[in-house]
Amino acid sequence: MTQPSETLLELSGVCKHFGGLAALSAVSLHIKRGEIYGLIGPNGAGKTTLFNVITGLYQLDEGTFSFDANSYACCKPHLLAQAGIARTFQNIRLFANMTALENVMVGRHVRTHSGIWGALTHNRATCAEERAIAGRAHELLRYVGIHRPSNTLAKNLSYGEQRRLEIARALATEPKLLALDEPVAGMNATETESLKALLQSIRNDGVTVLLIEHDVKLIMGLCDRVAVLDYGKKIAEGKPEDVRRDPAVIAAYLGGEA
Amino acid sequence: MKFNHQSKPMLAAFAAALLVLPFIIDSLLGHGWVRIADFALLYIMLALGLNIVVGYAGLLDLGYIAFFAVGAYTYALLGSPQFGLHWPIWAVLPLGALLACFFGVLLGAPTLRLRGDYLAIVTLGFGEIIRIFMNNLNAPVNITNGPQGISSIDPLSMGGFSFSKTHELFGVDFTAVHLHYYLFLGFTLLVIFVSLRLQHSRIGRAWMAIREDEVAANAMGINTRNIKLLAFAMGATFGGISGGLFAGFQGFVSPESFSLMESVMILCMVVLGGMGNIAGVVLGGVLLVILPEAFRHGAGPLQQALFGKIVVDPESLRMLMFGLALILVMLWRPAGLWPSTQRRRELMPDETVAQQEQDTVYDAAK
Repeated sequence: MTQPSETLLELSGVCKHFGGLAALSAVSLHIKRGEIYGLIGPNGAGKTTLFNVITGLYQLDEGTFSFDANSYACCKPHLLAQAGIARTFQNIRLFANMTALENVMVGRHVRTHSGIWGALTHNRATCAEERAIAGRAHELLRYVGIHRPSNTLAKNLSYGEQRRLEIARALATEPKLLALDEPVAGMNATETESLKALLQSIRNDGVTVLLIEHDVKLIMGLCDRVAVLDYGKKIAEGKPEDVRRDPAVIAAYLGGEA
Repeated sequence: MKFNHQSKPMLAAFAAALLVLPFIIDSLLGHGWVRIADFALLYIMLALGLNIVVGYAGLLDLGYIAFFAVGAYTYALLGSPQFGLHWPIWAVLPLGALLACFFGVLLGAPTLRLRGDYLAIVTLGFGEIIRIFMNNLNAPVNITNGPQGISSIDPLSMGGFSFSKTHELFGVDFTAVHLHYYLFLGFTLLVIFVSLRLQHSRIGRAWMAIREDEVAANAMGINTRNIKLLAFAMGATFGGISGGLFAGFQGFVSPESFSLMESVMILCMVVLGGMGNIAGVVLGGVLLVILPEAFRHGAGPLQQALFGKIVVDPESLRMLMFGLALILVMLWRPAGLWPSTQRRRELMPDETVAQQEQDTVYDAAK
């Protein structure tokens, strides 16, 4: 396990409004290199909004956002992917009619270069690059545990495999931060357990993981630190066992006079 | 599409068939049909260009004929008595392609945020704008000669070899339509080659990723703006080349050759044949050029024989049958007559298809 030392991602005073609704108000947090950081909160707390801000899908209204010591206050998703943030989606968004292998190969796009000319001439550099892309994609499919023929269409994979394929596709972009939006939603206990092992091995390979999850057991067993959002505000942050006992968190989840 | 060793003799036979085809058509059906074959090749080029935009990148473009018009008018203006310019083909064709490419980007840029129906409406408008411009650019300064069109366009010729004259080679007479057939065949094969290479490339995958899910593609690091513009530009370039050849072949261009109906026809070739599959698109192009012609020639005599008189005007019957055929194909073969392997698998998850595919995928992995 790598020692969490340096800050990889830092948000300070981030606000995001949708009309009159403050989806995020003054959220500040930082994620250290090499940790698994959990983000929890009741439904509608703003977890996915925060996620979309981090991955460039939404532009933040106020506040600052820096990643890997660079500021990305208003940045396009593909530039953030280039910078090293890769994500999965809460509702699986695979390229349904492409094969499992092609899905992962698309993930390699951002780290490869060949263009029209290379495609037309099939010059040596392009062929080598294509072989490398396919090779790495095969590796990643095995790594996340998809053992079907790699030409299976993404939409014909089982639900659990689709979730894993999304992770493989994200890993193909060589991320520094892997952001997972409810990766075990809808999975049974066995599948959750094996995904937990996968996430641990991803972290051990040096990738920082940001996790939105409802499965409290997974969060408690996996995360180094956890932040709790409620109504767009961060109400607690810290080690999972501390957060669990926090009265504000208990009030947010169970109701109370908070 | 990959050819293994067994298919090499097949390929050679196919190439030979393509080479002698105009003579077979000539002797069986007559000279006019060779001309129709030439047009079929032009339409195949157009359909393949549109296939990049619609089939690969999933951007519904209803104004595609505009790029054909740009290519055709470029050739017409620079190689006709209109301005007294007679530029050579090697200068005019690439210029037409380049201009079409430019217009492709011009259309693409403002429509980047649009999808589906909205994109279709805007591109439809664009196609009409180009046509109406060509129709009205005869005043105050006469550029395009307006609705009269431009005539006496220079025939296609290369370094003294004119494609519009009869040449005798090896004791065989090659007439203009034959020579144009070979010229267009060459260009069509080039367009097919480019399409194939692009399809199985990093760029091709990016196009398909955008077609499948633009948000996810963007989040995976694909610069969707540039890649979409590239699709528009590539598609338009093919259209421009085809347009230039059309102008040189026909010797005459006028705005009415570039109506919305033409855009719809080309889209039908792509959709009926099999979106995203090059062989399917070629098939669609061939069928949609040949069948209406066959109908035009056949419907009149057939009615004469059956009823003793013309009951329904063959021209309107042709459109009726065309619509009917479209409906039937969409009902029974929604992915097109010859769908891509992926679409075929969508419809029938058959082990044999999977097995065939597996070999090629594993080859690529080695």
